[in-house]
Amino acid sequence: MLTATKRDRREFLTAALFLLPGFLLFLLFLIGPMGYSFRISFYDWKIVNPAKSQWVGLANYTEALANPIFRRAVLNTLAYALVTVPAQMIIGLSVAVLLNQAIRGRALFRVIYYLPVITSWVIVSLLFEYMFSGQAGLVNYILRDVLGVISKNIFWLADPILAFVPIHLLGIWKGVGWTAIICLAGLQSIPQTMLEAAEVDGAGVLARFFNITLPLLRPTLVFLLVVLTIGALNVYISGLLITNGGDPLDLTHFILTLMYEATFSRLDFGSGAAMSYLLTIFVFIISVVQLRMLRRKTEV
Amino acid sequence: MGIKRRRALSKALTYFLLIAGVAIVFIPFWYMIVTSLKPQSYIFEIPPRMWPRDATLRNYTVALGKDLFGLYFLNSLVVAVVTTGLTISVSSMLAYAFARLRVPFKESLFYLLLTGMMIPPVMLIIPQFIVSKQLGLLDSLTGLVLVYVTMNLAMQTFLLRGFFEDIPRELEDAALIDGAGRWTIFWRIIIPLSRPGLAVVTIFTFLYSWDEFPWANVAIKETTRRTLPIAIALFQSEHLTEWGQVFAASIVALIPVVLVFALFQRYFIQGISTSGLKG
Repeated sequence: MLTATKRDRREFLTAALFLLPGFLLFLLFLIGPMGYSFRISFYDWKIVNPAKSQWVGLANYTEALANPIFRRAVLNTLAYALVTVPAQMIIGLSVAVLLNQAIRGRALFRVIYYLPVITSWVIVSLLFEYMFSGQAGLVNYILRDVLGVISKNIFWLADPILAFVPIHLLGIWKGVGWTAIICLAGLQSIPQTMLEAAEVDGAGVLARFFNITLPLLRPTLVFLLVVLTIGALNVYISGLLITNGGDPLDLTHFILTLMYEATFSRLDFGSGAAMSYLLTIFVFIISVVQLRMLRRKTEV
Repeated sequence: MGIKRRRALSKALTYFLLIAGVAIVFIPFWYMIVTSLKPQSYIFEIPPRMWPRDATLRNYTVALGKDLFGLYFLNSLVVAVVTTGLTISVSSMLAYAFARLRVPFKESLFYLLLTGMMIPPVMLIIPQFIVSKQLGLLDSLTGLVLVYVTMNLAMQTFLLRGFFEDIPRELEDAALIDGAGRWTIFWRIIIPLSRPGLAVVTIFTFLYSWDEFPWANVAIKETTRRTLPIAIALFQSEHLTEWGQVFAASIVALIPVVLVFALFQRYFIQGISTSGLKG
């Protein structure tokens, strides 16, 4: 059993060659850096002269957790996920259900709904910043002069709570196309005969949707929930560009904008690394909890 | 007659909702296009117009002539094309090994690779910065490409493995009996039969590397190596009120991704549903 024949050895060599480039990159730019970052997070790291770095134990972690700005950033990040993830799922699923009918111009609809997904975060963040600008922004104009729901201009970006309106709306607006496409793929894998049989048995549209479509779509929805949540907890570019990271007064930070500031503005690499590990731990815990809860529900 | 009328009504409602959705999706883009055609004096006009007065292409000529825009466009194009090509080759090789070859500790290796999908990419920025610094890869397009390929590997390998596993084994067995090597089989049978999968990988990777901002923002400080997202963000922070030019540059930056998506989109849904991406 242990004596490898010549053919076995050749096949093993072939497999190794197929795996080599990928795993080389993976080790060099992903696993290696992760380990390195873990080490840095226990040091007062000196980027210019790493030999002078001082071991500080868990200080970078405890300091971050005790820092009110970091806590606020955690809350802001969680709020972003709690608002944008369900919104993207509900709207995305609705769009997918609409698109899954025999309608004309389906391909065109698909492309248009996907347009925000393929546009870079930089461009759409700047676009939303412009539309929500306080003086002559399109949104203020619509709210004040067209709909008449406000009496004077709102300075969205100067307010630590209202600044999240454009950021959240952007997150939803940009993500719905992707969610819809994934839901559409899930819907198309549901056997049409099943729905037809239910219709013959007299089940209405809503009954068919809740009793057949939704349960069969469950794996898709679980996948979306987990992936969208991970994405939302990593919100970064829109915060960086729309509120310059934390304006006003460091109240609108997300975890990653704060990490970026600590690392590349204050050059406190140890503290930045600790924050990124804290975020990874949050992401991991939340994903595991989501998967557990949803698995249990299926068993009942 | 009742059923027919209800059907017609529900169809009308479907179109109504879909078109309303299209309006919400499209209005910001429309506003961007209109703004890019406005002379600077109308950028903060009240009321904001959805149709430009005195439309002009001046913003385009000014923005595109400024700050090495052509070079940034070229940088982005090179990075996106090379990243896409490399990601396709490297991840399809990985995927083939995981789908078909005998690999020791195959399952464990595959799950190790999949952890790459769970890690928040921005968390890697600090150590990737340090590693790239030591390897002399900062301020270079090569450094961007290598990191982009790595960040895409897990997802794309996962996707492609699904496609390769669906290819009938008999095709390969026949070729093996005819004396073909694994390499030949990979290039002559597997790759040509996986076109929808490769299209999905192309779309994902091209979009990712064309749009990527956080890593490029950290790794590139040298002016001549900038890619479009950093160039546009910097341009806006330096010319705060010149939105017409910002959006003119943005629209030009959008053209390639729209083209790539339009070109490959017919494979897209098919690709997603057969790849097991749905969970």
